[in-house]
Amino acid sequence: MNVRNSPKKVYLLHAAVIAGLFALNFILPEYHHGVLARVMVLAVFAMGYNILFGYSGLLSLGHAMFFSAGLYGAGLTVSHLGWGMAAGFAAGIVSGALLALVIGVLALRTTGVAFMIVTMMFAQVFYLLTLYFAEWTRGDEGFVLAQQARRIDLGDLHFNLTDPATRYMAALLLFSVVLLATLAIVRSAHGRVLVAIRENEERTRMLGYDTFANKLAAVVVSGVICAAAGAAYALLFGYIGSTFATVQYSILPLLWVLLGGAATTLGPIVGTLFMFYVVDITSGYTSAYLLIVGVALILLVLYFPKGILGTVRERWIRWLP
Amino acid sequence: MTPLLTTRDLRKNYGGLRAVDGVDFAIMPGEIRAVIGPNGAGKTTFVSLICGRVPPTSGQIVLDGNDITDLPAHDRVRRGIAYTFQITSVFSALSAYDNVALPVQRTLTGRSKGRLHAGVMSALERTGLADRADTTAGALSYGHQRLLEVAMGLALKPRLLILDEPTQGLSDGEIESFMQLAREIARDATVLLIEHNMQVVMELADRITVMNAGKILAEGTPEQIRANAEVQRAYLGTEA
Repeated sequence: MNVRNSPKKVYLLHAAVIAGLFALNFILPEYHHGVLARVMVLAVFAMGYNILFGYSGLLSLGHAMFFSAGLYGAGLTVSHLGWGMAAGFAAGIVSGALLALVIGVLALRTTGVAFMIVTMMFAQVFYLLTLYFAEWTRGDEGFVLAQQARRIDLGDLHFNLTDPATRYMAALLLFSVVLLATLAIVRSAHGRVLVAIRENEERTRMLGYDTFANKLAAVVVSGVICAAAGAAYALLFGYIGSTFATVQYSILPLLWVLLGGAATTLGPIVGTLFMFYVVDITSGYTSAYLLIVGVALILLVLYFPKGILGTVRERWIRWLP
Repeated sequence: MTPLLTTRDLRKNYGGLRAVDGVDFAIMPGEIRAVIGPNGAGKTTFVSLICGRVPPTSGQIVLDGNDITDLPAHDRVRRGIAYTFQITSVFSALSAYDNVALPVQRTLTGRSKGRLHAGVMSALERTGLADRADTTAGALSYGHQRLLEVAMGLALKPRLLILDEPTQGLSDGEIESFMQLAREIARDATVLLIEHNMQVVMELADRITVMNAGKILAEGTPEQIRANAEVQRAYLGTEA
């Protein structure tokens, strides 16, 4: 990992990715344009997961609850309290932060397999709560945000989040902010401590670091990013349902990150995009598309065990962060 | 002169085994102290109690007049107790530079890339690893990994540096340069050393503490220890 000596290349690469996604807004046909907007928001979810799993080495199986905390935090305040888009988004993020703080304090008393199980159980509790309070959440069926509520007015500027181009740009903005934030964290002193905890927690402790406090910070940052993705999903696509709180949505970010390359800044977007299109293309040909997805995953694990970008970094581009 | 660190009636039991059994110990600032004793004498457990990796069953540890018995390990490191592991415990996936940057950045207040870099390079230079800064720690030779371990301890700017069998597995040449390094470290830190190599102990230590079965058997200068009949029976006789 020789990021230290090539910071310029790193910044250029990330700027190029963001510029490329910006350009695609004007080129892509309608269908793929919509797909990419959605993938960018889900990639934010994956990036949040990557902070905890990839960099800090904590495997959570409950991240659906952070995504859903943002989803419901934004969705419920907008639909029931009549809050605006910005306030709703903030409510989603605050919900995620508080939840992550509480869950972190409790779950970090465990490690390894126990940590996986505890996070999964908490996520299950969260899912059941969304069903229990069906009066507001409408449970499985979910609810839709009214079209006229999904507008942002800034003086004379009016943004309509149901308009595809606005939606794409909003998704790109969030994606870019989180991508650069991830890069900053990874290159910071704190990022180095997180990697050290992943590699050898006992040694890190004996260098004078409070590893519990550092891991808790990682859980909260991760939870906030995932909640931001959830809140954006609610506001941009207008649908809030308990499906997003199921265990499936805890497994998906793990898959995306593993595919793209754990502990790489760009791995989450690569993995999410790849997975989305594998499912999309194969389901066009056969109803047994999950079979093909499974085979694709097995091939990937065999030939790219560290994920796509993880393997690229190992073999070719050593400076990839 | 008051001791830098003292322990009073320090005990650690593992079930029925008394690994450390009522140790009263004191180390003066600036001293190089070696702890020797046969395998299973409780040396590693004893220094683990001092650095906080293991909680004591009873007794007291005092650093500079402050009771640190109940402090967590990371707080003790912040107060100047650094421990280098007996089994090499570097971050093998990270570069040598990043390994040393971790302790250095902890001692820096505020953010300054320049000072971080200077601190890292100075610790690497003192241990002779400067030209290997970008090598992955896991790819370094065993001797160099031991030195990296020492560099990490040094980078903490400790007041008490605990070295647990630092020369184990090193070649004669490497041992020679290690002893030079240890003397240099002792100019601004106190060194507590667990060591099996008698030549290193005799040449390096100001004083020697001999442990056996969890207790302190004898303590004194190298000459006194060499002349002590009880020590010879318990330890030196079997080794030499």
